[in-house]
Amino acid sequence: MAVTEPTRPSTPKVAVRVSSPEMVAEATQPVFELDKLEVFYGAFRAVRDVTLSIRQNEITAFIGPSGCGKTTVLRCLNRMNDLIPGARVAGKLTFHGLDLYGPEVSATEVRRRIGMVFQKPNPFPKSIYDNIAFGPRINGIKDRSKLDQIVEKSLRGAALWDEVKDRLSSSALGMSGGQQQRLCIARTIAVEPEVVLMDEPCSALDPIATARVEELMRELKKTYTIVIVTHNMQQAARVSDRTAFFTAELDSKTDQRTGLLVETDATAKIFSNPRDERTENYITGRFG
Amino acid sequence: MRHPGDPVLALSLRPRRTWRTVKSWLMSVAMAGAFVLISLPLLAILWALFSKGASVAFSHFPAFFTKEIPVVSRRPGPGMGPAILGTLLVTGGATLIAVPLGILGAVYLHEYGGKSRFARLVRFMAMVMTGVPSIVMGLFVYVVWTMKYGYSAFGGALGLACLMLPVVIGSTETMLRLVPNQMREASLALGATKARTILTVVLPAAAPGIISGALLAVARAAGETAPLLFALGAATSYNPHFFDQANTALSVQIFGNAMSSFTAAQDRAWGAALTLVLLTFLVTLVARIFTARFKR
Repeated sequence: MAVTEPTRPSTPKVAVRVSSPEMVAEATQPVFELDKLEVFYGAFRAVRDVTLSIRQNEITAFIGPSGCGKTTVLRCLNRMNDLIPGARVAGKLTFHGLDLYGPEVSATEVRRRIGMVFQKPNPFPKSIYDNIAFGPRINGIKDRSKLDQIVEKSLRGAALWDEVKDRLSSSALGMSGGQQQRLCIARTIAVEPEVVLMDEPCSALDPIATARVEELMRELKKTYTIVIVTHNMQQAARVSDRTAFFTAELDSKTDQRTGLLVETDATAKIFSNPRDERTENYITGRFG
Repeated sequence: MRHPGDPVLALSLRPRRTWRTVKSWLMSVAMAGAFVLISLPLLAILWALFSKGASVAFSHFPAFFTKEIPVVSRRPGPGMGPAILGTLLVTGGATLIAVPLGILGAVYLHEYGGKSRFARLVRFMAMVMTGVPSIVMGLFVYVVWTMKYGYSAFGGALGLACLMLPVVIGSTETMLRLVPNQMREASLALGATKARTILTVVLPAAAPGIISGALLAVARAAGETAPLLFALGAATSYNPHFFDQANTALSVQIFGNAMSSFTAAQDRAWGAALTLVLLTFLVTLVARIFTARFKR
């Protein structure tokens, strides 16, 4: 768990994209490496034995039945679990070789580089413009023309610009659910993170909005690394490059259900020829 | 085959009178009755105030609101000007003390303290403070402040602030609890610090509720008499000094004049009562308009 260098750079304050052109060329470069990761809520072990790597410019999907720890693991990746009292991790979780839970790591700094889109669209009760500008403003950008640029670029990136360009100052709460979710994606990419984590981003959306978000994800993976949690196996099969299958098992001693990673592989392989029988049972609809 | 006239298959969509519909009707009547019952005292108060106070307050307008209080209380004629100024000073001062402190306290309790021991103790103490009678609060201020530094509007403000503080803490904490956690998560996930999240997301989202809560406390405090009786002393002329000299307030004048045996003084008490109600109404109205604009 060695920390090779402090993650928080003294200057500049603006989050700098870590990826360099060389890294992009090498498509198999791992961004996250998880080794025997375990997550506890108080004394309860919610997840165990998660060993996988998440690669740059790929979409990695976490699938599995409810309560198997997909979201829990996802929330570890940008330290959102810190917000839950009593949550802690064991095992190893590195981001570009840096221990994410190391003593010198600031969760705030981590979250600037690893953005997150939530299950339910959660725009701020502010204008569309202010929603997008929120992140850049945190990073100290005050110049109006620069903010305008970022807002336009982010909204274009989230395929929302044409729909909202004439009502940027109206409340984000007046948008449809699908638009709100794309706004949240735009808000996330406005701070130019390196990774975008998505926690069931389409579960509250209709099929058309879902298709738009999926299309968007394929577009975004050129620039970002994406991790998505989904209950929808078709969605995982459609968009992801790599799939991790989780399941939950009852511990006979403690009588608690603990999530674990069953296997992870290229999506095509998982859905055609999985190694583990449990995966096959799940994807063929025999359980879960 | 079905025949339209067939009695068995005849379709009826007319409402049926069952015990359920009767119960619904009874409940509606009961609720309407309760509403009338509740509004009766309110209407009676307003009626009494206007019928007895309006002629006093609005004759030779605006003399009653600007002239000084007659030193000899049996002499008829206006003025409540100093008391209006005093009420504004005292309640304004109390608001400036209690509202920022209360909001900060509530932010600590809800966003930082949570279920920690200290936070629970503070929450409990605030609850106890709500139950302290206002006259006790007045005595407390009299002992710790007025006996040492003499009468002043500030002393009165201190007393009112003590009464407002727990109310502001309570209402603000409730409003913070109503801000969905997803909002905080959204901000934190963008790399905002906790302080930034509270200042730019949580507080603005809760602002309308916080302001209404604070306003309720202000309105309640504006009418308080007991803490002011000890702290303000007596005055009949304008005293714009916040920290100096005896002052007066509408509530104190109502109390004093209503106890008097002279009709002139009693009339002034009615006029002052109406003024106080109108003042509170005005403050509420202004703040409502402000909140409505803020919301948008």
